[in-house]
Amino acid sequence: MALARPGRTPDRSESRAAMDDEYDVIVLGTGMKDTLLSGLMSVAGKKVLHMDRNSYYGGESASLNLNQMFEKYGNGEKPPAELGSSRDYNIDLIPKFMMASGKLVRMLLYSKTTHYLEFKQIDGSFVYNKGKVHKVPVTETEALASGLMGLWEKRRFRNFLIYVQEYDAANASTHKGRDLSRLSSADLIKDFGLQQETVDFIGHAIALNHNDEYLTKPAAELVKRCQLYSLSLAQYGKSPYIYPLYGLGELPQAFSRLSAVHGGVYMLNKKVDKIEYDESGRVCGVTSEGETAKCKMVIGDPSYFLADGKVKQVGQVIRMVCIMSHPVPNTNNSDSCQIIIPQSQVGRQNDIYITCLGASNSVAPAGKYIVIVSSTVETAEPVKELSPALKLLGKPDKIFALLNNVYVPANDFAKDGCFITSSFDASSHFESSVNDVLAVYEQIMSTLPPEERKLIDLDHLPAQE
Amino acid sequence: MAAAPATRVFQFKLVLLGDSAVGKSSLVLRFVRGQFFEYQESTIGAAFLTQTVALNDTTVKFEIWDTAGQERYHSLAPMYYRGAAAAIVVYDITNRDTFARAKNWVKELQRQGNPHIVIALAGNKADLASKRKVEPEEAEAYANESGIFFMETSAKSATNVNELFVEIARKLPKSTPSARPGGSNIVIQPQATMKKNGCCGG
Repeated sequence: MALARPGRTPDRSESRAAMDDEYDVIVLGTGMKDTLLSGLMSVAGKKVLHMDRNSYYGGESASLNLNQMFEKYGNGEKPPAELGSSRDYNIDLIPKFMMASGKLVRMLLYSKTTHYLEFKQIDGSFVYNKGKVHKVPVTETEALASGLMGLWEKRRFRNFLIYVQEYDAANASTHKGRDLSRLSSADLIKDFGLQQETVDFIGHAIALNHNDEYLTKPAAELVKRCQLYSLSLAQYGKSPYIYPLYGLGELPQAFSRLSAVHGGVYMLNKKVDKIEYDESGRVCGVTSEGETAKCKMVIGDPSYFLADGKVKQVGQVIRMVCIMSHPVPNTNNSDSCQIIIPQSQVGRQNDIYITCLGASNSVAPAGKYIVIVSSTVETAEPVKELSPALKLLGKPDKIFALLNNVYVPANDFAKDGCFITSSFDASSHFESSVNDVLAVYEQIMSTLPPEERKLIDLDHLPAQE
Repeated sequence: MAAAPATRVFQFKLVLLGDSAVGKSSLVLRFVRGQFFEYQESTIGAAFLTQTVALNDTTVKFEIWDTAGQERYHSLAPMYYRGAAAAIVVYDITNRDTFARAKNWVKELQRQGNPHIVIALAGNKADLASKRKVEPEEAEAYANESGIFFMETSAKSATNVNELFVEIARKLPKSTPSARPGGSNIVIQPQATMKKNGCCGG
């Protein structure tokens, strides 16, 4: 995706000069998390070298054009002419939306990268219930008209929503005698006498949990997530989600530019041969194409640390990328939308998500849609697991199946100086991704001398020029 | 329409392309700030700079993006030239290689960029005429056959720098108020998210 090298083989002497240098930080991989960390470190005045083995930005969170998609996942096939021009496609490798009032939006404001990006709101949010696709009601009128629950249940549901809206952790009078730091989510819901289906609706379609682990955890988090949903919804009106024009791959590009503007040096298409450690096991450099750049620390995505045994696999996510010539049926012809299939509806432990994007998001040519079906893998036949979702789509023109291992760091950063981000999880938005970045950032800060530490407070953003 | 204001302001994104050290940042700094430094840092350390050009009945506001050094190891992101209404492709008249590469940038822009992009070819360092390796006739002929326009410039002596930007401003279509894709796009505004988020203290 980078501009093709205009008739120029890489300039060895130039590259050698950059490699033959000492950096505060070497960042490996240009995924969204790693580029954000790179930007934050450059802004903090650190000397940064950033490499990626691919010829495009984004790593696991890239948006690929059609040629790149077939090259990587097409099993030798060539893109057929009827799919249109390759460059009109920006196909995300991980399907996520941004909560309009979420942490990623705050991070964009904090890092002053909003200017590089334009967004569109996602047109609709839907939920699967008893074999049918329902719109997630966004107004009281819609809620009353919705076929999702009966009249009495709607009243109980409303009572719950009012409690959630009014709840303020700092104001005890809104707690109504409940201690949400102790009370479990399941017990809070029980208090309102809600039916199982409504519980699923709240937990999965509003709080956007992708499994049921939240039920046994303190209700404070559930309430927070419900509030985030309604705050985000209030922002632009049709759904709680926004999405960058030209795809999620714009995010790492914006963060890379932030880093470059503050002095970060960028090298794409750069094979990483070896991460170098000193006798004590502390990272001291990165070797690429026979040259070693020295550094004090390395930040990177898990794929660069597999060989060193510094990450462990915790699961797999299956993503089926479909190119279609029609929007997803039963979504009021929405140009863009999300459908949540709560796990309980299809006998699973993890939700299945369907995201649909099209030409209005500048990710596909006119008349084409990119639909991604995804979930956490539960069996030895991951593709089959998604069949309830694929049944809802009609016939796609082309399907790619992407099976990704999910890795988390398993090293001791204080000892080896390696700061490793986790693979993207199966959640439908970026809240956990930003939390991961903040956690890694804090780890890095904890190893710096006190006078160099800089904290990020997303709740109190600095004034913008 | 009688109600239209006397001067209409049009904003355009303009990008610079070309090899390292041909003087991209110097051209921008000369145009925007009237400054020149013999040993300009390789990037200008800003997301972008703005400068306006007044034409007869309109004002053109340029939002000028520098490469931030990302061209050095062939790592310019597509975002860089996306939505650009104009591009200045710069070479150094004392270095033939930079001219050859400038041609490749032009080709690349014509292939990948916005189809209506206005491209200017700038032969920079015109003050170093004694070390010249590229004749203006050759560049002019290339520009003509490629449908772009050409000027020799010197950021150091300020020769043709304003002229270059004014010429681009003249050539840009003024039919739409913005070069960006219209419609209901959202630009994130600080106010919108600064609303108190009641629960976040926890």
